[in-house]
Amino acid sequence: MSFFARFAQNRGALVGLIILLVIIAMAILAPLLFPESPWRMVQRPFLPPLSQDGFPLGTDTMGRNVASGLMHGAWVSLLIGLVSTSVALLIGVPLGAIAGYYGGWIDDLLMRFTEFFQTIPNFALAIVLVAIMQPSISSIVLAIAIVSWPPVARLVRAEFMSLRNREYVEAARLVGQSNTTIILRQILPNTLSPIIVLASLMVATAILLESALSFLGLGDPNVMSWGYMIGAARTVIRQAWWLSFFPGVAILLTVLALNLVGEGLDDALNPKLSRER
Amino acid sequence: MVYARLILMRLFKAVIVLFLIVIFNFLLIQLAPGDPAAILAGQAGAADQEFLNQLRERFGLDQPMYVQLWRYVSGIAMLDFGYSYRLGVPVFDLIMARLPATLLLTGTAFVLSLVLGIVAGSMAAARVKKPSGSLIMALALVFYATPLFWVALMSVVVFSVYLGWLPAYGLYTVGAGHTGFALALDIAKHLVLPATTLALFFMAIYTRMTRTSMLDAAQQDYVKTARAKGLKPSIIQRRHVLRNALLPIITLAGLQAGQMVGGAILTETVFAWPGIGRLMFEALEQRDYNLLLGIFFFSAALVIVFNIITDLVYSLADPRIKKGAA
Repeated sequence: MSFFARFAQNRGALVGLIILLVIIAMAILAPLLFPESPWRMVQRPFLPPLSQDGFPLGTDTMGRNVASGLMHGAWVSLLIGLVSTSVALLIGVPLGAIAGYYGGWIDDLLMRFTEFFQTIPNFALAIVLVAIMQPSISSIVLAIAIVSWPPVARLVRAEFMSLRNREYVEAARLVGQSNTTIILRQILPNTLSPIIVLASLMVATAILLESALSFLGLGDPNVMSWGYMIGAARTVIRQAWWLSFFPGVAILLTVLALNLVGEGLDDALNPKLSRER
Repeated sequence: MVYARLILMRLFKAVIVLFLIVIFNFLLIQLAPGDPAAILAGQAGAADQEFLNQLRERFGLDQPMYVQLWRYVSGIAMLDFGYSYRLGVPVFDLIMARLPATLLLTGTAFVLSLVLGIVAGSMAAARVKKPSGSLIMALALVFYATPLFWVALMSVVVFSVYLGWLPAYGLYTVGAGHTGFALALDIAKHLVLPATTLALFFMAIYTRMTRTSMLDAAQQDYVKTARAKGLKPSIIQRRHVLRNALLPIITLAGLQAGQMVGGAILTETVFAWPGIGRLMFEALEQRDYNLLLGIFFFSAALVIVFNIITDLVYSLADPRIKKGAA
């Protein structure tokens, strides 16, 4: 069975993929459909949804177009989710690979380091990091990466530990390949499928983290994000529930879609495991 | 004997972790933007040099770095977290005043999510491949994907604004002058929305975990033996499957403690719940870095204490641990 056929067997994953494609389309089409900055005040404030042409979701407390903010926000969420996950992989994969491959005191040291980061409450750490570094896209990405790499390191370590004594690795060693070559060329490619599955789930978590940070006022002040929209409307929730409602649905759907896609990838990449389940 | 050693080992580890966090905190204070004295003076509305120097001296900011580090570390060892730059009140006192509300909220949410999650998870495990089982898992996935602060806001709209059933803000009705039982009832009413919102996310995690864990346990030989003996399926589920499935859930509950702190920050912010989560949000808004870092340290310490407790519960629940304890 082909990769996609296995993926599509999981109906939830297919639905997730479709939702995800719609959201990616939103992010790409945002500058075309709403060329004006989502920060511009374009109408009177507190316009309810569907009450005016061109403002399907109404306007916010400052008269900004909610639909425009929602579309532009899709871009920010996806960007931060993807970049911070990549940075987390860049930290976690090498640490896990080295710990798992070499073992011994290096493993001990690196795992204590990982445990330290796992003990610290991660959202509180992210808040502190962003607050100290000042809110910006790069500080948010860095903070999310710093709090989310430990599971990657643990996963990669476990994979390396189970693979390092396989015959093909012994063979590579006998041929005289260096440790670096064995790690990068022999073992790492065989650990990719679980890493990909984990990464798709991490993008979802990163989007949730970003929205929570922006909600608390720690978003990049130059970009419109879903969390910011909810946070800014928090105090007027009694008068205008829709201002918080729609961005929340957008976050929910994106995170849900990524989780479904992650499960589908798991089925497609580890066919033996999922059949047993 | 064994437990005493286990506790000692864990305490030793905890002290090292806390020490590292203190140093980390100190480095972060140095990285914080601007001179704290200038921030303080700016807030006070005056900024002449003499006043700045006075403030520097008062908060020890004029000392060399290593002296500051030593003062900071030895201070925290004696539970002195310094002063809130903004409020001029000791950070420790501020945290202590807010701690009971947070413990009440997170404790209630923890018990609620654990009980509901285990019930829902075992129901889903018993109904595997049936629509009702799939429905439970779908709901768990949705709750898992929903931003906590958004659920909090929406529950305010529905249950407080629209239906008017429950209060949305604070710990108790201000000015009502309730005492005794009436006060407890009033607080309980205020607790319903925040605790439920906070519990939903964790309930989703426990539901998924319980289901997986129970399906695993159902494959074990002792379950086959029980079935061969002719025991009733309901008894097998409860005595043999669920009991063994609970062990990994205890471990998971310990790991979730850190997440709970994050959840508390968000729910307390939305519901104006006067706990340390809300205090952290206030510190954030006022850029009160010393208070912020004090709360950060304190929340990490709480998580570590909770982890030690779950370790002990685990070793009590699983007698096999004794052999391996070292």
